[in-house]
Amino acid sequence: MAKLNLNREPMPRQDPKVRGRNFNEVALGYTPEQAQAEASRCIQCPKRPCAEGCPVGVDIPGFIKALQDGNMPEAVKILKSKNSLPGICGRVCPQEMQCEAKCSLAKKGAPIAIGRLERFVADWERTNQEALDAPAPLPQSTGKQVAVVGSGPAGLTVAADLAKLGHRVTIFEALHVAGGVLMYGIPEFRLPKGIVQNEVNYVTSLGVELKLDSVIGKISTVDELLDSDYQAVFLGTGAGLPMFLNIPGENLNGIYSANEFLTRVNLMKGYRFPEYDTPVKVGRKVAVVGGGNVAMDSARCALRLGADEVYIVYRRSEAEMPARREEVENAQEEGIQFKLLTNPKRLLGDKENWVTGIECYKMELGEPDASGRRRPVTVPGSEFVIDVDVVIIALGTTPNPLIASTTKGLETTGRGTVVADAETGKTVKPGVWAGGDIVTGAATVISAMGAGKQAAAAIDAYLKES
Amino acid sequence: MYKILLRQDLVPDIHLFKVEAPAVARKAQPGQFIVIKIDEKGERIPLTVADWDEQEGSITIIFMEVGATTHRLAQLKGGDFVENFVGPLGVPTHIDKFGTVVCVAGGFAVAPIKPIARALKQAGNRVISIMGARNKNLLFWEDELRSASDQLIVTTDDGSYARKGLVTEPLQELLESEKIDRVIAIGPSLMMKFCAKTTEPFGVKTFVSLNPIMVDGTGMCGCCRVSVGGETKFACVDGPDFDGHQVDWDLLMARQRIYLKEEKCALEQWQAQAGHHS
Ligand SMILES: Cc1cc2nc3c(=O)[nH]c(=O)nc-3n(C[C@H](O)[C@H](O)[C@H](O)COP(=O)(O)OP(=O)(O)OC[C@H]3O[C@@H](n4cnc5c(N)ncnc54)[C@H](O)[C@@H]3O)c2cc1C
Ligand SMILES: Cc1cc2nc3c(=O)[nH]c(=O)nc-3n(C[C@H](O)[C@H](O)[C@H](O)COP(=O)(O)OP(=O)(O)OC[C@H]3O[C@@H](n4cnc5c(N)ncnc54)[C@H](O)[C@@H]3O)c2cc1C
Ligand code: FES
Repeated sequence: MAKLNLNREPMPRQDPKVRGRNFNEVALGYTPEQAQAEASRCIQCPKRPCAEGCPVGVDIPGFIKALQDGNMPEAVKILKSKNSLPGICGRVCPQEMQCEAKCSLAKKGAPIAIGRLERFVADWERTNQEALDAPAPLPQSTGKQVAVVGSGPAGLTVAADLAKLGHRVTIFEALHVAGGVLMYGIPEFRLPKGIVQNEVNYVTSLGVELKLDSVIGKISTVDELLDSDYQAVFLGTGAGLPMFLNIPGENLNGIYSANEFLTRVNLMKGYRFPEYDTPVKVGRKVAVVGGGNVAMDSARCALRLGADEVYIVYRRSEAEMPARREEVENAQEEGIQFKLLTNPKRLLGDKENWVTGIECYKMELGEPDASGRRRPVTVPGSEFVIDVDVVIIALGTTPNPLIASTTKGLETTGRGTVVADAETGKTVKPGVWAGGDIVTGAATVISAMGAGKQAAAAIDAYLKES
Repeated sequence: MYKILLRQDLVPDIHLFKVEAPAVARKAQPGQFIVIKIDEKGERIPLTVADWDEQEGSITIIFMEVGATTHRLAQLKGGDFVENFVGPLGVPTHIDKFGTVVCVAGGFAVAPIKPIARALKQAGNRVISIMGARNKNLLFWEDELRSASDQLIVTTDDGSYARKGLVTEPLQELLESEKIDRVIAIGPSLMMKFCAKTTEPFGVKTFVSLNPIMVDGTGMCGCCRVSVGGETKFACVDGPDFDGHQVDWDLLMARQRIYLKEEKCALEQWQAQAGHHS
């Protein structure tokens, strides 16, 4: 057996100085040689721990074996049989906490770069359609119809899986494009929108009908869907309601929720204003409040729009930041400044109602709180002001109450999430399933897809019985 | 894609479109709005539903040319298409039997107020409508609003037609001369603010339809936040109708100016491209 190689093939990336001013993808992807080299590190261990770490059950050793053998169509086939959105997952999944964390090599050195290989296979598929077998013919229709509300990763996964089983699926999406957070939240430089649309096209190629501009709760209610053509409804409407700080001055001009800022930049392509019609304020000094992935994305977008200085304002220390390590490092490399142990007290403005500063307290870490992280405590008398002209609040989101308030008989929690069975996604309302961020609160792409897979299986079983 | 079934120019800068959107037409109610986006590069802008026809499957919107998007919209003709048309959004205007209701419309707001007046009248109210414009050439739908109301008062700022003055003057007189149970005022922010100021001493409940800048119109961005009674509300989902006596008008008007610089740039670019002289 060849000697273990404990170092992974590095990912080619755009230079930080250059990429800080453009919206092109940061990570450039492996070349075929790099992918081959990385795949060859896999020892094909019999225990296959990596596959257990995958929420959608991809046969990871299988597709890597196909890569080792240079059999790309086979790699595509294996990957796609479990994951309808590999180009997305390869880019944004937190592999370091999932499959890669379980890799046998992780005990001794760097785990196999499973995410990067997944991305390589997905990108190869996109540009080599002619080398692939014609897709399997669609199964005969079962005559059953399912309505999927929301076209984020949860909704797309349910739709694809049910269509493959012969059910007729219609997705209702409130916005003018499908993809959910993948389109409006995660920026182009981490997840190119062309890739998302490519994967959406794959789902519609399975016969799924996509109805855009359709806000369920307004244009039809869930009950009306059930009373009309649909035997089952899946709710995958995500957690789209932004939280604010609830401190004085929050309605000043120049203060955005991360959702608004990212929507203007990503979905509406505000970074190309005035070629695109939607404006977005390019701050000179921008503060982003929060320490998660959404905060990192907002800060890096603000920098790319042309801000001189961008700060992350976070009330705990770097160790407690919920953002992925890689994204924190990317942000630091690009010159984002971290103001840690800093908590906003109020926002200051001028007489035109424009924000001019953010007054903050210094914080100290105290005893661990319910989340197990050390709780930040205010240092009395430590107030200071950071000069800013744009502030982005990235504190997280909760589900939009529209669905719950217009659907009879759904159970919700105090946080506004919909109660659903953890194994099947079934809600207490007959004929209605739910999954993704609407159930868990803001989580991950892959957990939303996992929930979608489980719900699809449960809905299929239900439709067969009914 | 949504087809423009009909275009009418009501006055030089204000246009009516009838848009084919059967699913929206089935659900539309007075006081609701839609979000329209012309094409791939377009902005999402909210417009109130001025009428709907369930049988024809159409929604009528009326818009005034103020900036790049509304100018671009005004280039479209009957038979053309817009890419996106979402609705009906927002909470419908509260319609009930109140007694005597005064509906006040400033400028293009004759359009949104008409279905409200009609619904109030159908609910058994006595409806007195007041419509005002800067001058005679900007008036439209006088007959439509008259037939939706029991009584109509028309004003022009310069006196070029009907009564000279602002809409608040006949409103004040009505409040002084008889018992008014409710006032609904729609129009430019300043006009709504002054209507609310006029009714406040009389303690008459006054509802206004707020028009902050919006993006999605579904409650996911918070761009449309307004302050009502000291509380932050999202106008697109909590409104657009609010108690006019509780609205922080200065905040609303300040937030409407966020993109003044960008709007000017967009309009100039559009004018240059269209070889247009305004
Ligand atoms: C900026 C940002 C960065 C992120 N980065 C990562 C990352 O790197 N890795 C990762 O794994 N996760 C990341 N996440 C989290 C991840 O994107 C979400 O967990 C995931 O998208 C949830 O999927 P979903 O299908 O449940 O909902 P969503 O993606 O939120 O999709 C819900 C869809 O439903 C639509 N909808 C809502 N209400 C209605 C209605 N009434 N009628 C019709 N349609 C409706 C919405 O418009 C939306 O399109 C990030 C999130 C954000 C905001
Ligand atoms: C609920 C609601 C209902 C409305 N109904 C009507 C209507 O029936 N008829 C009509 O003519 N107008 C209506 N408006 C106003 C209309 O949306 C704006 O005139 C339009 O967006 C201007 O776009 P623009 O690009 O042409 O002008 P711009 O030059 O971009 O802006 C001119 C002014 O319009 C406002 N505005 C700009 N962008 C937006 C936006 N995305 N959302 C809201 N306001 C914006 C700003 O205050 C700005 O100062 C309504 C607004 C709201 C919020
Ligand atoms: S317009 Fe986005 S929340 Fe109201």
